[in-house]
Amino acid sequence: MLPFQPISGAASDIRSLFTVVLIIGAIILLLVTVLVVYSSIRFRARKDEPEPRQIFGVRRLELFWTVSPAVLLGGILIYTIFTMYRVAPNIPVNEAPDLMIVGHQWWWEFRYPKLGVVTANELHLPKGQKFVTEVTSADVIHSFWVPQLGQKLDATPGRPAYMYIQADQVGTYLGSCVEYCGTAHAWMRIRVIVEEPQNFDAWVKQQAAIPTIPTTGAAGAGAKLFTELTCAQCHTIAGTTAKGTVGPNLTYVSTRETIAAGAAENTQANLEIWIDNPQVIKPGVHMPSLGLSANQISDLAAFLEALK
Amino acid sequence: MTEIPTAAESAHPASEAGEYTGLLGWVSSVDHKVIGIMYFILVLFFFLIGGIEALLIRIQLAQPRNTFLSPTAYNQIFTMHGTTMIFLVVVPTLIGFAVYFVPLMIGARDVAFPRLNALSFWMVVFGGLFLYFSFFAGGAPDVGWFSYAPLSELPYSTTPGVNYWALGLLAIGIGTVTGGINLIVTILTLRAPGMKLRRVPLFVWMVFVNSFIILFALPPLNASLVMLIIDRLLNGNFFTPATGGSAILWEQYFWAFGHPEVYIMILPAWGMISEVIPVFSRKHIFGYGIVAGSSVAIAVLSFLVYAHHMFAVGLGNPFDIAFATASFMIAVPTGIKIFNWIATMWGGKIRFTTSMAYAVSFLVLFTIGGITGVSFAAVPIDWQVEDTYYVVAHFHYVLFGGTVFALMAGLYYWFPKISGRMLSERLGMLNFWLTFIGFNMTFFVQHILGLMGMSRRIYTYPNLPGWASLNLVSTIGAFVLGLGILVLLVNMAYSLRRGKVAGDNPWKAWTLEWATTSPPPPHNFDEIPPVRSQRPLWDLVHPENPDWKHAGD
Repeated sequence: MLPFQPISGAASDIRSLFTVVLIIGAIILLLVTVLVVYSSIRFRARKDEPEPRQIFGVRRLELFWTVSPAVLLGGILIYTIFTMYRVAPNIPVNEAPDLMIVGHQWWWEFRYPKLGVVTANELHLPKGQKFVTEVTSADVIHSFWVPQLGQKLDATPGRPAYMYIQADQVGTYLGSCVEYCGTAHAWMRIRVIVEEPQNFDAWVKQQAAIPTIPTTGAAGAGAKLFTELTCAQCHTIAGTTAKGTVGPNLTYVSTRETIAAGAAENTQANLEIWIDNPQVIKPGVHMPSLGLSANQISDLAAFLEALK
Repeated sequence: MTEIPTAAESAHPASEAGEYTGLLGWVSSVDHKVIGIMYFILVLFFFLIGGIEALLIRIQLAQPRNTFLSPTAYNQIFTMHGTTMIFLVVVPTLIGFAVYFVPLMIGARDVAFPRLNALSFWMVVFGGLFLYFSFFAGGAPDVGWFSYAPLSELPYSTTPGVNYWALGLLAIGIGTVTGGINLIVTILTLRAPGMKLRRVPLFVWMVFVNSFIILFALPPLNASLVMLIIDRLLNGNFFTPATGGSAILWEQYFWAFGHPEVYIMILPAWGMISEVIPVFSRKHIFGYGIVAGSSVAIAVLSFLVYAHHMFAVGLGNPFDIAFATASFMIAVPTGIKIFNWIATMWGGKIRFTTSMAYAVSFLVLFTIGGITGVSFAAVPIDWQVEDTYYVVAHFHYVLFGGTVFALMAGLYYWFPKISGRMLSERLGMLNFWLTFIGFNMTFFVQHILGLMGMSRRIYTYPNLPGWASLNLVSTIGAFVLGLGILVLLVNMAYSLRRGKVAGDNPWKAWTLEWATTSPPPPHNFDEIPPVRSQRPLWDLVHPENPDWKHAGD
């Protein structure tokens, strides 16, 4: 079973390199182990034997085990450099990014500037399309990694980094933040949903549209609460006055499979727990507990559930 | 060359416990052997603390979504585990062995600067206590042993933990640098008559080379610690991007120290292996020159590889290729040694003491760590496995399977010299097997977890296929390993009182420390045998076939 299960050319290239290094490494390890075990058994001292013949070194032998690893490693280095340029070709400097990934403590912001879509924690990609991707951070250093897609890239504040992302197989793939970024680093997970281009286009169309904001019932009450309470200070919901940018954009939150960057399933029950006290689901999270009543909580959850 | 002190001269106050007795005698001593023993007590204390922290980490990770530790507690503990093991266990242990044995192995009476030696030691003590005081002063640091900015900066780390971390490490760092200077001067000026630099035991040579790495690697750390303190306490902006600083600047400084540090932690261990394997194989080291010379190559290259910790930053292919090339190059002088050690065993008469068992398994475990190390030099592989459990497995194979196994070999080898008594071989083999099995159980599976996508430094994880069972195996392994260490403690406690009396030279070894009593008298030697080769005691026992008759010695 080989690792990374690649769904992109870049990830396949890395896996090929990994396989070669693994096989060479395994052969060397086998060689060392056999030599160590053999000499341990073969040259074991018996009782009262005289001292063995003293050998101080054999130049030619030493030259052999200096030069041959050097040649071998030189070969791997050349293969490495070729793979580097296949996996991470230079990106023209004037190319505008198709996708902007912004790390936050402890969630991911995904912006599609050419498509007018902003979402969080769940990245949608059209199959077979190459995205110029910018990775940066709003606070501390994070790192974006989905093994099936290929390389990871650090999200460094003040210094955007760039890579191509392309997925060639439809499905859902998991990743996570891999640079330690504080208390809730463990729950800064990534979900990548790769779709056929037409399905992706449909998703974009829906996400880019202004949602219908409910005005009646529990959901309507929730909508009112959302803009009146402090929720709106941190979150954005298109079509309302909520324009905060500290927390995730919630415009179509109910179309996401998880909440809290993968810490819990996106169900109404979990939403209610989350709104009541986010620390229960994700200790350390910056979202405060507002001390709301049970009615207010269920209204807010109903409103968020209606955003689809 | 220096004069050899005679017994009559040894009344010098610097080498005796002095006028004080009991605890005060210890604390006020400047005798390198007393300071060496105090280093061992210190590192044993911190090794137990760091080990308990490791077990707490493994309990928390034994199952998915475990709530044994809160994320804040977990983050503090993994930060302190790494910081403790590196700065308060591995490095001071190696310096402790060097301080105790270098003067004995070169036939000197003490180190060059005995008072500076005491200062180095006490700086480490106070640095360590200061670091741990943070637990009682608002919380231990929780930003990792590498303390990346801006997470370590005031806006994101509001408790004083990082201040204690930075100032504690600064104190330890000063102690380490002065220790390095002391060892360099000692080895350069206090060798016994006849002991040319190319005749010093390989342990002494490795310590010598290592001290130069210390001298050049610690300053970037100390400088960046001061900058971090300025940022945190005086509103500086070195590493804060929001106000014009650079997060990557910290990474550059830290790894410019951090990778040479890895070699600081392994070179003296190689020195120990180079003493233990020849003695228990009853053969001269195979290729003294190449083992010694390749270590110099490693010392130079160790400063040119550090940015392989930063391949995921996205600094561009040309930058990455430069550091990848150096990283591949450093694998060559490292690999050479493994074959030289095997060649030393080849054709020998091997005695499998506990010390030798540790040394032999070191060869295989360190090779595993070295091979996975090469996969980080291959940049695209690094892009996948960096910051996953694959890295955790890798460096534990280097630092535990490598350094700690070598230290164990050194401990079983030199304990009789230090204490005058042999460690029990029966308990020793039990200690070895538990440690060997526990270690591999704990860390081998972590390679697989990393390749499956498990990130480092996470306090918990979702229940993904296979993650729970592999983590449970790792946790059970950690407890087996802990049991092994417990047996070591029992062995030491038992052998200190009841162990077989060692005599001067229980292993029939060949270097000068075995030419004096066990433990050595305060003045070390009454008489130093003539040094005409790398193995003066071999020459003494084999006048018919001395080493100096052979070319190159």
